[in-house]
Amino acid sequence: MPEAVEEYPELLAEQLKEMILIREFETQVSSLFEANELPGFVHLYIGQEAVGVGACSAIDDEDYITSTHRGHGHAIAKGLDPDRMMAELFGKETGYCGGKSGSMHIADVDKGMLGANGIVGAGPTLAVGAGLSIRQRQSDAVCLSFFGEGAMAEGSVHEAMNLAGVLDLPVVFICENNQYGEMTPAANQHHVDGFATRGETYGMPTEMVDGMVVQDVYEATAEAVERARSGDGPSLLVCETYRYHGHYEGDPTRYRTDEELEQWQARDPIESLETTLLDAGTVDEDNVEAMREGATDRIDEAVEFARESTFPAEETAFEGVYTEEL
Amino acid sequence: MPERSMRDAITEALDEELERDSSTYLIGEDVADAGGSFGLTRGLLDSYGPERVIDTPISEAAIVGSSAGAALTGSRPIAEIMYADFMGLAADQVMNQAGLFKYMFGGDASVPMTIRTVNGGAGFNAAAQHSKSLHGLFMHMAGVRVVLASTVYDAKGLLKSAIRCDDPVVFFEHMGLYNRKGEIPAESYTLPLGEAAVEREGDDVTVVATQQLLHDALNVAETLSGDISVEVINPRTLAPLDRETLAESAKKTGRVVVADESLIRNGPASYIAGRIEEDAFYHLEAPVSVVGVDDTPIPFSPPLADAVVPDAEAIENAITALPRL
Ligand SMILES: Cc1ncc(C[n+]2csc(CCOP(=O)(O)OP(=O)(O)O)c2C)c(N)n1
Repeated sequence: MPEAVEEYPELLAEQLKEMILIREFETQVSSLFEANELPGFVHLYIGQEAVGVGACSAIDDEDYITSTHRGHGHAIAKGLDPDRMMAELFGKETGYCGGKSGSMHIADVDKGMLGANGIVGAGPTLAVGAGLSIRQRQSDAVCLSFFGEGAMAEGSVHEAMNLAGVLDLPVVFICENNQYGEMTPAANQHHVDGFATRGETYGMPTEMVDGMVVQDVYEATAEAVERARSGDGPSLLVCETYRYHGHYEGDPTRYRTDEELEQWQARDPIESLETTLLDAGTVDEDNVEAMREGATDRIDEAVEFARESTFPAEETAFEGVYTEEL
Repeated sequence: MPERSMRDAITEALDEELERDSSTYLIGEDVADAGGSFGLTRGLLDSYGPERVIDTPISEAAIVGSSAGAALTGSRPIAEIMYADFMGLAADQVMNQAGLFKYMFGGDASVPMTIRTVNGGAGFNAAAQHSKSLHGLFMHMAGVRVVLASTVYDAKGLLKSAIRCDDPVVFFEHMGLYNRKGEIPAESYTLPLGEAAVEREGDDVTVVATQQLLHDALNVAETLSGDISVEVINPRTLAPLDRETLAESAKKTGRVVVADESLIRNGPASYIAGRIEEDAFYHLEAPVSVVGVDDTPIPFSPPLADAVVPDAEAIENAITALPRL
């Protein structure tokens, strides 16, 4: 941690700013959902910001990510526009997918965001495909694939890890162990401790990462990305983290204790980075205050944009199913 | 007769069958401790313990594949797949395993398993990966029985029969109907698989409708009564399909609308329409009209979802558009 502050203080300040923005987005989404302004259901990323931000700050615009049903944080970290994200959550025509996707499927392929995903375990196989096309195009891009520890039980994830290894593809598998898959603790869903062995089984460099510490995620990802870019194939990072909210908004979270939540919150990724940067003098209180206000203003703007946008015209429901011309 | 919600009726059916037959067990994601994501298995863990109410990892292929294996070897599993969409991950276990064993093994084996799953999320704005109505996919698999819970009464009686059935059954519950109330007998009962129900008698038009659309059809029939007399039929099971009851009604009225939330293309409603035309051709005054989802995934945004998923208005329009000779 101290070395990071000396080596790349500006990046850390950027990461802090981005984590604050994601938390503000999610916090406002939570209130909007409670106020019945959002259709459907939403799964929030609050508590896990260090993973999305740490990992995505180790890649560039031309790189790809695949995401999960809990994808808002990944999307913002990949550089998607909060206005269009919020509009999508409202089901408005100005949303990323014209109101067709909602929270669970936000995508911007041009920006390398290959979609949040409502199917658990679907991202890793898509990432293998991105790896294949990267190689065909002789690009040196990489694909980060975010998935939950719950998804580790899906066959598709194992097939993806094995195939990526067999073909030496530039994919970084990033398992976010937020301790629960829906209502069930990870320990009841997996017959292994931690998940390091899962990567080792498929013969790839594997690292256990503190997912509450953005520097750790960033450094581990940067190393894995470097390997991938130089043709050394896939890696697995297992980031230990926690979701502060329930599985979905409205989840009464009967399956966990307040003490457990508080223990994780005591290591909050935003607060701890903030303290580190304040102590090091990288930022001062005013800077942090400005970041918070900036985030609030930015997300207020996004909400305003979303509210003022119109709903899509009914006929658009039948458009975009196929390409127009054969 | 006591009033029950469809949710309660399903829970009661599960409870009664677990109690009655010790070879049954429940298996699925969050079915034990959490009581199921829609609360349908709540309390069953306390009654039957973790050997018979089993939480699994997020592993649909293993849930359904293991059920096939268990059914083949003496158990009677009842698997839950949270959304019909996720049946995609387990479809191979049904079409290449469970559905084939009896036939491939020369008729000696049986595979008494039930998969309960949920469809029809459009009204919940759950978008394209959580809203599909996929019963047609399973109707396309020989060896597999397909049952729809459309009324509270059906839900309990059909689920109990599905569990007792010696073939693999995929049992579809509609998300929009879970809170719907209806009267059911106080004593235990079952309903035969393969028997449609005439929910309302009429003379001018037959509407064959499933799940939410059945209730829409009944409302429309009420609204139109006096002007057009509508007979409403609930097919209850799609495989086997009670062609006789459908054809009889079609012969009586001469005009038929079939309504189901699946895709029209190669979907259950189109199949039913085809069978009715074949069975009642000389009695029909018009081609059978099909109401369903156009060639489109289910979108998220409320106005878009409403435009795609048929409702009472679509049924009424289909009825009034039929030529009246
Ligand atoms: C194939 C599939 N099965 C089940 C679900 C229902 N579901 C949605 S999220 C989820 C839990 C996922 O847990 P995890 O992968 O750990 O991600 P987290 O929610 O913790 O971020 C489940 C079971 C789904 N969406 N897709």
